[in-house]
This record gives sequence, structure tokens and C-alpha cells, in this order.
Amino acid sequence: MLDVSIRQSLGRFQLDIAFTAEERGVTALFGRSGSGKTSVINAIAGLTRPDSGHIRIGGTTYFDSAARVDVAVEKRRVGYVFQDSRLFPHMTVRSNLEFGLRRVPAAERRIALGPVVDLLGLGHLLDRRPRGLSGGEKQRVALGRALLAQPRLLLMDEPMASLDAGRKAEILPYIERLRDEMNIPIVLVSHALDEVIRLATTMVLIGEGRVVASGSVGAVMGRLDLSAVTGIHDTGAVLDLTVERHVEEDALSVLAFDGGRLMVPRVGRPVGAPVRLQIHARDVVLALEPPTNTSLRNTLSGRVTEIAESGPSSVDLRIAVGESVLIARVTRAAARDLDLAPGRAVVALVKGVAFEPDMMGAGPARVVDV
Amino acid sequence: MDFLSPMETTALLLSLRVAGLAIVVSLPLAVLAAWILGRYSFPGKTLFDGLVHLPLVLPPVVVGYILLITMGTKGVIGGWLLQTFGIRLIFTTEGASLAVAVTSFPLMVRAIRLSVEAIDTGLEAAARTLGAGPVDRFFTIVLPLMAPGLLSGAIVAFAAAMGEFGAVITFVSNIPGKTQTLPLAIYAATQEPGGDAMAARLATISFSVALIALMVSEFLAHRLRRLIGQG
Repeated sequence: MLDVSIRQSLGRFQLDIAFTAEERGVTALFGRSGSGKTSVINAIAGLTRPDSGHIRIGGTTYFDSAARVDVAVEKRRVGYVFQDSRLFPHMTVRSNLEFGLRRVPAAERRIALGPVVDLLGLGHLLDRRPRGLSGGEKQRVALGRALLAQPRLLLMDEPMASLDAGRKAEILPYIERLRDEMNIPIVLVSHALDEVIRLATTMVLIGEGRVVASGSVGAVMGRLDLSAVTGIHDTGAVLDLTVERHVEEDALSVLAFDGGRLMVPRVGRPVGAPVRLQIHARDVVLALEPPTNTSLRNTLSGRVTEIAESGPSSVDLRIAVGESVLIARVTRAAARDLDLAPGRAVVALVKGVAFEPDMMGAGPARVVDV
Repeated sequence: MDFLSPMETTALLLSLRVAGLAIVVSLPLAVLAAWILGRYSFPGKTLFDGLVHLPLVLPPVVVGYILLITMGTKGVIGGWLLQTFGIRLIFTTEGASLAVAVTSFPLMVRAIRLSVEAIDTGLEAAARTLGAGPVDRFFTIVLPLMAPGLLSGAIVAFAAAMGEFGAVITFVSNIPGKTQTLPLAIYAATQEPGGDAMAARLATISFSVALIALMVSEFLAHRLRRLIGQG
């Protein structure tokens, strides 16, 4: 368990953050620029010192103002992947990778150079200097360097923010492999929603130095106040599903979750594999009864749990579907005419199905747009 | 060195020795001062900065005079050194080194400080997260990255030390073979009837040494920058 509870004066505003997260997987700190996300991981790393509070991981306390504990950065064993790589310019890639490794007693080295070089595809870069590397290559080296320091926890500060879309697509799969193949908790700072949806297990939504919401990605993405906090208008709930079966003759796959089934174009994942979908609010149509004679394949039964204004003429509705959440955006007039209010049973029709072409590769969760 | 007289050769070698010793001894102190000035802020920093740079703005004769009254055999420090260790600086080659070390110190600190300030503190933070303590970071990150500045600082200070006149002649006088460095020998030559040719030859030597030092400095700094991935 990662347990962070800190207060820190940062000139302009007060940072007051408390959250806990499972050690397994990726915890994403998500919020707009300047919301205090990076300050949180700097405090976890020990690069800055909170005024009060505590930071614990598993049984280890890094910081506790009450108990006067403040472990030095170099003793924390926290891997940090900086936004700007921060590779040592006077060393080769190999020396950069080995920098942390050589400072760990031999008996405590679980992660070796070879597997990391393979995992991150760094073999051909080992003898080069950081200067000549592309942005994506630099970030992969930085990732490897942090990993090889045998970290107890891996922190990533917008590791893809300085990369263009192509480079980003190049490094994302590596971070996914890291998450899935290495048993190291990762805390990812990001203001890119697609990154968070694709990588995160737990999501901590930060606004103005405070935690607005935290929990599973599905739960946090199902909130109606998300766009107010994040400034992102791409509202849409996230569903975690598994591949139930493939219908080869129609080139379709059936994905199941506790709230029902969705039929989508054939996904390149085996039966039983997890798949994560984001369903945009504008792609969800609501009806009071299952429609007949329609081309829409995907209907899910649920119940309205919350309604909120989302524009001059539109409202967003949160709909509980099994244990999961969907968000639908409808006109205010339609909501009034259908008498949509909390408690109302509805049928959600998911229209339009589009996939990211990248559906190959390993890993428990892939994001696709439905 | 056929074209140099024994006296001229002596003056050249003595100058190299005086300047070399001065640089070797003051370099670690200059690194420390540059490090403190470039990285930390503390009460009294302006005063410290001023003290370090004082020899740059003081007339060298004044520096020599201050050394004379503090480091002379009857001076506070000089007397103590003589009685405790039997070390005598006044009128000695080592004293000449001290004088040129003091006057060239600010030049060295300035060059090194610039290179300290140019090092991205983020790299040190990264090294910390990778388990490197302060001493470790200094030798693996800071020192290699400041090497070009260190080198050019040392060479510029060396050239300046070779040319120091006022502080040397005031503190250790003008003793051939002992404290008579190149500029002092030139001065002596100009004071003698018919010494013009000798003065001209010594001046040429001075000129050549300075030029070579600067060229070597540029060349090495360029190579070093390449080596640390910045050029």
C-alpha cells in the first residue's frame, strides 16, 4: 500500500494531498498543469520536504513529520523518470544505465542489465552518448536507468509530455510492459487523459493542490465533475471488460463485464484477455425501453444515478450498469421529456464503434474507443 | 635554448615553477569557492564574493604589501609559520607563488563558477534518486561536467600568474634565481644600460608563453567538451 498524506506551502497555493493506492500497477496522478501533481512525486522522492504529513510504502516510512522521519533521497530507492530525461551527458548509455545499479549492494540486485536492455530495446544504443539520441530513446534509457537502481517504487513525471505522437506511441508499449512484467509500483504524473486511461490502475484526480477524487479508473472517469476539474471536455466513462468470444464470420468480438456485453469489431486479443474501453458520453443514446428494428447492437440496461449540466443545452447523466458506470450526454429537452432523473431505469445504446489500430501486443488492458 | 642566456632561461623556468605551484595549490580552493558561490546562498555571501574578487580590483602592489605585513617574518601569520614550521615565505620562491596565487585566484574562481552554474542541478537531483550521496555526486557528475571551466580557469590563471609583477616585487623582492620571474627580469633589464635587447627577448618569451597557454586551453577545453557530450 502506498500511503501519502502531505501538506506543503508552495508559494502560490497550499498543497494538501492525501491518497492511498495499491502497490500493484500504475497509480496516475491526473490534473491540469500547475495543479501540484509533480510536487507530490517530488515529495515522495524526497527532492522536496513537505511541511507536515507522512509518506509510506509497504512497511517503509520515507517521511513522517510527527515521528521526525525524513529518509534522504539517495537512501529511498525511488526510481524517478523525469520529463526531461536528465541523462548524464558525459556518460555513455551503458554508464547511465549502470549508474544506479552500481550503487546497490550486489546481494540486493534483482533486476539485471540484460533483461532491462531487452525489455526497453536499448541494445543498439549502449555505446552511444545521450546527445545523439531521439526524445523517445532518451526516455527509454531514463526508464531503464531508474529500473536498474532496483527501485522500491517508480515515479514518472509526464514521461511522454515532451514527445510527439509518434515517439509517444513508441514508448507507451514499453511502459505497459514495465507495468505488466516488473513487480514495481508505478506512480505516473500526467495531464494526458489517453495516457492515464491506457496505463493506470488507480487514478488520483488532483485540482488546485487537493485530491478531488481517487479510486479505480472506471470510478473516477465516471464522475460528472471531471471536466470542471481537468478542463478536458472529452467526457466518457471507462469500462474494463474481458474478451468473451470472437465471432469470426462477422469479424466481431464479444466483450463482457458485470453490466452486460458489448459487440465490437474483432480485437486482436485472446479469449479471456482484459480490454479497456472508453465510451464517450456523446456516443451513448438513452431510451426508456429496448428499441426494436435498429442497427444498434449494443444495448445496456442501467439506472440513472446522477444528472448534471454540461452545456447551455445539454446534460450529462451517470448511469450505473452493474458495478460499472456509463456517462451519457443528452439534450436538456430530451432529459425533461423522458423524465430522466436519479433512480430512473434506462437503456443505454452505444453507437458508433471505432478502434485504435494498435490492438496487438501483451498486457492486461488495452484502450480502445467504442 | 641557445638563443636564451642562462639568466633568461633561469627566469623562464622560475616563472613556470612559481605559476605552476600557485595554480596547483590554489585550484582546490578555487573549486571550493566557485562551488559555494555558484550553488549556495547564505548570509554574508556578498561579502565572501567581494573578498574572493578583491585581488582583481586592488592594485597588485597593495596585495604585495598586505602579504608583506601579514606573511613577513614579523607578521602575524608569517611569524607563526616561521616559529612553528620553520617556513619562511618572504624573499623566497614559495613566497612568489603565494603572491601570484592570490592575484590570480579571482580569475580562476570566475571561470570555474561559470561552469558550476552551467551544470543543470536536475542532473544532481537525478543522481540523488539513483543513490549517489554528496561526495559521490561531486566526483561523478559535478567535477566531470565542470572540467572545461576548470581547465580554462586554471590556464588563464596560470598565464596571469606568469605575468604578475607588483605583488611579487613588493612581497619577495627581485632576486635573480629565487624570485625574479619573467616580468621582474624584464623590468630589471630595462633598468640596465644596454638591456633593451634582453628585455625584448624576455618580452617575446612572455608573449609566446601566454599565447601558447591560451591556445592549449582552447584546444583542451574543446576536446573536454566533446568528451562530456557538450560540444
